[in-house]
Amino acid sequence: MNIQYKIFSKGCLDVLPLLIPVVPFGIIFGVIGIESGLGSTVTFLMSIIIFAGSSQLAFAQLFTGGATTPVIVSSVAIVNSRHFLYSAVIAQYLTKVKLFWKIVLSYFLTDQAFIVSQKYFKQQPKNKDRHYHLLGSGFTLWFVWQLSTVAGIILGEVIPKELNLAFAVPLTFISLIIVDIKKIDHLIVAITSGVFAIIFFNLPLRTYIIVAAAAGILVAYGLSHSKLHKKK
Amino acid sequence: MIWTALIFAGLVTFFTRFSMIALLKKDYFSPRVKIVLGYVPSAVFPAIIFPAVFLNSTGQLVFLDNPKVLAALVAVLVGYLTESVIATIISGLAVLWLLIFFI
Repeated sequence: MNIQYKIFSKGCLDVLPLLIPVVPFGIIFGVIGIESGLGSTVTFLMSIIIFAGSSQLAFAQLFTGGATTPVIVSSVAIVNSRHFLYSAVIAQYLTKVKLFWKIVLSYFLTDQAFIVSQKYFKQQPKNKDRHYHLLGSGFTLWFVWQLSTVAGIILGEVIPKELNLAFAVPLTFISLIIVDIKKIDHLIVAITSGVFAIIFFNLPLRTYIIVAAAAGILVAYGLSHSKLHKKK
Repeated sequence: MIWTALIFAGLVTFFTRFSMIALLKKDYFSPRVKIVLGYVPSAVFPAIIFPAVFLNSTGQLVFLDNPKVLAALVAVLVGYLTESVIATIISGLAVLWLLIFFI
């Protein structure tokens, strides 16, 4: 077993705990895709072409509401703009890999893969094969996402809406930041973002996500001043 | 029309992921920018969490008489104590189902 394969496998394993909510989310997307009238082909291909859950749900909702292509595409862009920030964080670890790798790994850069692989990259400052970890976490998530979407398409109307499985989405995001927000500075940033999201929820095109994230980042920038000086 | 929307949505999503990876060179970031980037999850995820917990299906703010608020609070508490992704999600869903189906 060579070292690349070992790192790839570690990526696959590390992301597994985060997949539990991904399965119901994928199933929900499959069900909602069918209910929105996207059809099974478009619903299935959307999970491959976009491969970003919350924006896929936004796409389905907007399509049902009769939104035009520019509105749908810009909404997807807004919901996924957080990837710019993930991309910036991951970029510092991928400066030495080939363009082909950058393209493949960018496609796999989801919330969950970002969380586990960024953690691994931080621990491996000198490992030249560390990018295999992101391939492992990203591919595993991709595979499970496609299977869950198919399951959702098949199950369709069989799953009772009363189960409120969509609630697994905020719970997932809570579980992803729970360790960070034990620190008071992170908690301040998180509450700022959350409160802004509620206040600006009715802005058009789901832009509240951008407004809330910008507010959070701005507060973080202010807090980073004291953190930077503490380090010296 | 739907195919155009799908292809462009896919391209734009890929672009958000590829953008900085394609552009940046080593040591592009100042120490301060690196610190701020560490706050990114805390700055973005609550924008998804808060509306999903505190708003009802018509976008109205509901604190009381909202089972999602109590379920989320229990999930936060369990997550705080266990630091386990699975325990956090399962406890939240379990409380939600308990409140919806049994109380």
